[in-house]
Amino acid sequence: MPHDHDHDHAHGDDHHHGSELSPIALRVKALESLLVEKGYVEPEALDTLIETYETKIGPRNGARVVAKAWSDPKYKAWLLDDATAAIASLGYTGRQGEHMVTVENTPETHNLVVCTLCSCYPWSVLGLPPVWYKAPPYRSRAVIDPRGVLTEFGLMLPDDTAISVWDSTAEIRYLVLPMRPQGTEGWSEEKLSQLVTRDSMIGTGIALAPGALL
Amino acid sequence: MNGPQDLGGQMGFGPVAPETNEPLFHADWESRALALTLAMGATREWNIDKSRHARESLPPAKYLSMSYYEIWISGLIELMVGQGLVTREEAASGKLAVPPKPVAGKLLAKDVAAVLAKGGPTSRTAITAPRFKPGDKVRTRNIHPTGHTRLPRYLRGHTGEIVRLHGAHVFPDTNAHGKGENPTALYTVKFPARDIWGEARHPRDTVAADLWEPYLEPA
Repeated sequence: MPHDHDHDHAHGDDHHHGSELSPIALRVKALESLLVEKGYVEPEALDTLIETYETKIGPRNGARVVAKAWSDPKYKAWLLDDATAAIASLGYTGRQGEHMVTVENTPETHNLVVCTLCSCYPWSVLGLPPVWYKAPPYRSRAVIDPRGVLTEFGLMLPDDTAISVWDSTAEIRYLVLPMRPQGTEGWSEEKLSQLVTRDSMIGTGIALAPGALL
Repeated sequence: MNGPQDLGGQMGFGPVAPETNEPLFHADWESRALALTLAMGATREWNIDKSRHARESLPPAKYLSMSYYEIWISGLIELMVGQGLVTREEAASGKLAVPPKPVAGKLLAKDVAAVLAKGGPTSRTAITAPRFKPGDKVRTRNIHPTGHTRLPRYLRGHTGEIVRLHGAHVFPDTNAHGKGENPTALYTVKFPARDIWGEARHPRDTVAADLWEPYLEPA
């Protein structure tokens, strides 16, 4: 999505074209100019922050972790034992991923991650959370009605599959290790990573079937 | 606090609405709101627990009617006003009226990558030995603090099992209120879903949460 980072112009609001900004867009714009004038904020730092999450830190990071775990049993064992170190070894560290735990999906147990109290999410491997993850419907229901929630994502689990929900109430961040799809024997990590969706690493989905890449 | 943020088990919000090909930001102001919030953290005028408490302290009707980045901006304004960085009038008008307050730090573009990579680990050296170990049965206390806490209401007064000890971590209940980090043992505790939500649930379904030792007692 292209962004206009020219500070001589108003930051556009997608819902209000041209010079007409929504009240909240005007409020944030006024606040930014105040904080810059006060010397608390460097505008270029804001641009760099946004660019980082738009281009560098996103779910492709997590997909590479999953693909490596599918390909390398020793890495998978490390990932399940000490996710923080195993993920850091691929270069993914830092904010909202300081303390990581990986939970593994199996035919017996499906894992689902939520933050009922705010919006805790493993930024270092998945990037910024989608709106639904931060919104009341998901946060309220993932713990009491996970099967209903999964249905809304089009995911129907077998009746005998148990669901483990992980409510991220501290600074521990959870990455779901989805099951490796059948029919991917001999695939490279790069190709496998294309089957790993963001939702499959939250637990609201599963990995894509090999046919999805055709 | 039993505030609007504590959503686990509440009803009436309707279905989850995943958006196909959702953009990272739905308007440019959202990206600026995110970046302003992250950048202002560099002033070290508050910590993550205090900022969470600022958001959950918004009036419930407002909290539930705001989008998430609106909640962030509203929380940020409360923090800045509370610390004397800006006045409420300045925040509303965008016009500088009082001189800036000296702060401990400022995020510069050249430092962004390093600052994000470093993050803000909350693990600390333990002051006391942990009271529990994996496998222990524990009961969550039936407490209703008026300040910040990370023990959700739906998990109070329930029995679970310690599945992981994370060592000592900053205790949000004090850190959010300027009463120190008080590093305290942090555990992942797993609860049978039926014990919390009733017999309708699958017998092997579970809910786990990361809970600090002061939330727990032996079961």
